[in-house]
Amino acid sequence: MQREGQVRIPSGCAISAMISTTGARMTGETIVKSMIPMHDRSNGLGGGFAGYGIYPEYREFYALHVFFDDPSAQYECEKYLKEGYEIVKSESIPIRKIPEITDVPIIWRYFVAPLASVLSRLQLDEHEFVARTVTKINSQFRGAYVFSSGKNMGAFKAVGFPEDVGRFYRLEEYAGYSWTAHGRYPTNTPGWWGGAHPFALLDYSVVHNGEISSYDANRRFIEMFGYRCTLQTDTEVIAYIADYLLRRQGLTLEELASVIAAPFWSELDASESVESSSRAYLRKVFPSLLLTGPFSIVLGFTGGVMALNDRLKLRSMVTASNRDVHYIASEEAAIRAMDPDARNVYSPAGGEPVIIKVEEGAY
Amino acid sequence: MAINYIYPEFDVIRDPNRCITCRICERECSNGVHIYDADRKTLRADETKCVDCQRCVATCPTRALKIVKNTCALRENENWHENSIKEIFKQASSGGVLLSSMGAPNPLAVYWERILLNASQVTNPSIDPLREPMETRVFLGRKPSKITRRPDGTLDTTLAPQLELETPIMFSAMSYGSISYNAHASLARAAQELGIFYNTGEGGLHEDFYQYGAHTIVQVASGRFGVHEDYLNAGAAIEIKMGQGAKPGIGGHLPGAKIVGDVSKTRMIPEGSDAISPAPHHDVYSIEDLRQLVFSLKEATRYQKPVIVKVAAVHNIAAIASGIARSGADIIAIDGYRGGTGAAPTRIRDNVGIPIELALASVDKRLRDEGIRNDVSLVVGGSVRNAADVVKAIALGADACYIATAALIALGCHLCRTCQTGRCNWGIATQRAELVKRLDPDEGRRRLVNLLTAWRYEIMEIMGGMGINSIETLRGNRSMLRGVNMTSKELEILGIAHAGE
Amino acid sequence: MRIDAKGKLFDALNAEISEHNGELEIDNCLGQRFIAAGASAKQVVINGVPGNALGAYLAGATIEVNGNAQDAVGDTMNAGKIVVRGNVGDAVGYAMRGGAIYISGNAGYRAGIHMKEYREKKPVIVIGGRAGSFLGEYQAGGIIIVLGLHKDGKPILGNFPCAGMHGGKIFLRGDAQRVVFPRQTTRRAASPSDMYEISSYLAEFCDLFKINVREFSRDDFTVVVPNSSNPYKQMYVAN
Repeated sequence: MQREGQVRIPSGCAISAMISTTGARMTGETIVKSMIPMHDRSNGLGGGFAGYGIYPEYREFYALHVFFDDPSAQYECEKYLKEGYEIVKSESIPIRKIPEITDVPIIWRYFVAPLASVLSRLQLDEHEFVARTVTKINSQFRGAYVFSSGKNMGAFKAVGFPEDVGRFYRLEEYAGYSWTAHGRYPTNTPGWWGGAHPFALLDYSVVHNGEISSYDANRRFIEMFGYRCTLQTDTEVIAYIADYLLRRQGLTLEELASVIAAPFWSELDASESVESSSRAYLRKVFPSLLLTGPFSIVLGFTGGVMALNDRLKLRSMVTASNRDVHYIASEEAAIRAMDPDARNVYSPAGGEPVIIKVEEGAY
Repeated sequence: MAINYIYPEFDVIRDPNRCITCRICERECSNGVHIYDADRKTLRADETKCVDCQRCVATCPTRALKIVKNTCALRENENWHENSIKEIFKQASSGGVLLSSMGAPNPLAVYWERILLNASQVTNPSIDPLREPMETRVFLGRKPSKITRRPDGTLDTTLAPQLELETPIMFSAMSYGSISYNAHASLARAAQELGIFYNTGEGGLHEDFYQYGAHTIVQVASGRFGVHEDYLNAGAAIEIKMGQGAKPGIGGHLPGAKIVGDVSKTRMIPEGSDAISPAPHHDVYSIEDLRQLVFSLKEATRYQKPVIVKVAAVHNIAAIASGIARSGADIIAIDGYRGGTGAAPTRIRDNVGIPIELALASVDKRLRDEGIRNDVSLVVGGSVRNAADVVKAIALGADACYIATAALIALGCHLCRTCQTGRCNWGIATQRAELVKRLDPDEGRRRLVNLLTAWRYEIMEIMGGMGINSIETLRGNRSMLRGVNMTSKELEILGIAHAGE
Repeated sequence: MRIDAKGKLFDALNAEISEHNGELEIDNCLGQRFIAAGASAKQVVINGVPGNALGAYLAGATIEVNGNAQDAVGDTMNAGKIVVRGNVGDAVGYAMRGGAIYISGNAGYRAGIHMKEYREKKPVIVIGGRAGSFLGEYQAGGIIIVLGLHKDGKPILGNFPCAGMHGGKIFLRGDAQRVVFPRQTTRRAASPSDMYEISSYLAEFCDLFKINVREFSRDDFTVVVPNSSNPYKQMYVAN
């Protein structure tokens, strides 16, 4: 049977997120709880989490989380990594053996720094170099898949229900200032861990609910810039679009939202503000990066998260807060599971980004 | 007045030597083609109104009438076909979206006709279906993935609700409103007599037909017309209509002119108001929402009814079906590209979707690859025209077939493809009382029963020839099929070998 | 009768609910779906956040939520009453054909979508705060009232209200001058007879949520009605 990447597998989902604006570090236990009342939005074929601020002692190093099918794949991959990186730590990611999670691959993490000599020879900044390394391993190394590659952050994912995946990875032992979560409802059995979400590249991670109908138009555009959509999932293409627009084009988060969930022309035509004309400009410049069809996403990045619905709001999403902690989820019940006393419950409109950032210097 | 560019499509040929001026044709034609000329004491014809439904031909006592294709032709052009030109004329004069009825008429591959069936010779015996047992009963519904035993060691025989069919054929959804009361009565009575099911479509269930509930599938479509507690509990199963083969991805629209009398009452909307079925179910925008709708219906009926999810055959149908199988649905119904309709935009009907044969083969394979084929039953429709098509569908992997156009033809439909006008001379796709009464529901029942009885014999005969005496062993038995006139890709998708292999 | 929903899955909770007629109070509700789906003879009070499709196909029962409700409240509801002391999510009252839904707070997108009426069955949704985009899409009957009592300064409606509306009425408190309605609808100031039509619903709303009815009974209301019950008639040509 074809696995993720060989065939496009649409899926529906549940998402949630929490973030402390003061940078207070929270264990992964709470975010795992959020997925329990949304159990029926997943079907046991994928769950995952991303935590930010979880590796403070290695904050200067890229944390690569990798799945290997077998030791020889690991050997080949490590050989390649050593050519370009200093590996300061290499260890298996701690797990808890539970009956709900089976067919466990080798799950490894490396804390690495690109070698300065290699960077100067290739005339690349380190982000670009790491991004290329990830693309290369994932598209060319058989049996190896890098599923997390940011600094002081990490994605954890598996085939299973998300609440089981959280227990499996012992997330209660990690503490981070922000967390995102995903429960997946794919339309077939991927049977492959790489296909679970979040999808992460560098510091960006994406959890997503819905199936975009613009997928191939978006994919064919973004692949012009060196990205390879090896998974054929919406989440992957959204992460690349975010990386391209934020990191490489230097757009702000609001501008990113205005490209992928562009306002209707009728809305733009009705206004003559500077803001409208810049949004119209972005819509004209990046027509191939407009996402249509249902989606609600949470984009995680260093120091913040952004939540966004498609412009017709075909998926549900709710936000709330309690003092410094902000919550986002597909259903209010998920937020209440994290914090029964959460207040300021709000349903963002379609295309209205909700951006929450940690105070400068607090992460 | 502007010139009408379109010359009539048909010629009405009246043999003056045979015509006795009885004026039956005039009375029988709701389109007003036949006109009596009192001065000349003869009948004339206005061919511009003729749809070639053959009603006048069939009712003329002296066989004085013939409807033939008009030979007046535009200059031949292999690129700009006559139809393409006439469609432009119609749109240029009206500004309207082209609206058609029944299934796509264009010559796109009919794979049934490229598949040949097997028969036993020498190495194993064929079976005489007329004198030996030959079983065609099937049960549609979810089967457990694991056997459980009661504390005393006996088998726990509780089973999710099932539909039991004596022949693996059901009447597909046609709403009351799109077809007439008498057409529905014919289908309901025939389904009861045959031990099968008919389907209400999305127009609700007329109070007179609650008595056939045990042989009724009630449909829940995006417009939710006539859907309420009693309705959901009235049928043997509930079908969620997500899509239709004739018009995948778009909604329905029954014009206000057809919302009269009992149709209004059954749909529970005011007379004369358009009945608009939105393109999507607005509570299903994603696969996990489908699970929500499936279970809301199960909760509302306390898990007593199997839930069918009907979708149109589209590009990604295998993944979609797999998602449906995991959404709690008991039965998946797939409607192919050539499926019929009471009205659909021509461009959608003729350009959207894929043939049912390919969709069926890839869905069946995907569900097997994932080990979940036994979790759901598979029903296919979208131009199943005869018993051989049924046998081929089952051998490709279907549990049962849905038929609708074939059933209407049995009731007298001549496929003139003008259902959308509401002037069906055969009393089928109309709500005009004087036309509806032309269809006698008991005669209709008899003809439908005859049709399926004949098909059942044919199915048994074909099965017997293959040495198969139970329909379960035909299902998914693709070695009984061989292809001709196909590319290796087509054979690969169908999962069958070429003839001679 | 009280039911503690803590840790219960939706099917177990609903099985328990379906066994009891009369008055029920559910505590610690957290996301369980389909509560009271198809129910006719009971009064259910919910403390907490009920899950999606609350009161779907409701056939006469009364549901009261002390808290917010999620998506698809009263989906295809036929009779009965749902009261939400808080906000509701998207698609409240989808294809609703009878009964009433009273919401003290805001409604999400697509409230009252494809609501319809038939003879004595005339559904009503009263939204205390504001409503999201696509309010009353394809509305074919019934009454939707939006009171705009919210205090967050956002407009009373989102974008694209009444798309495809072909029956029923929408009432908005205020002049709604800034709202763009589609061409197939007419907007006008509410007449005394319009106001008489909704007076009992306003009174009930005020009674339920302890608001002084006089607070807005003299305010201006805008009424939106469709021009035609056949909005798409001219769109097609027979082929």
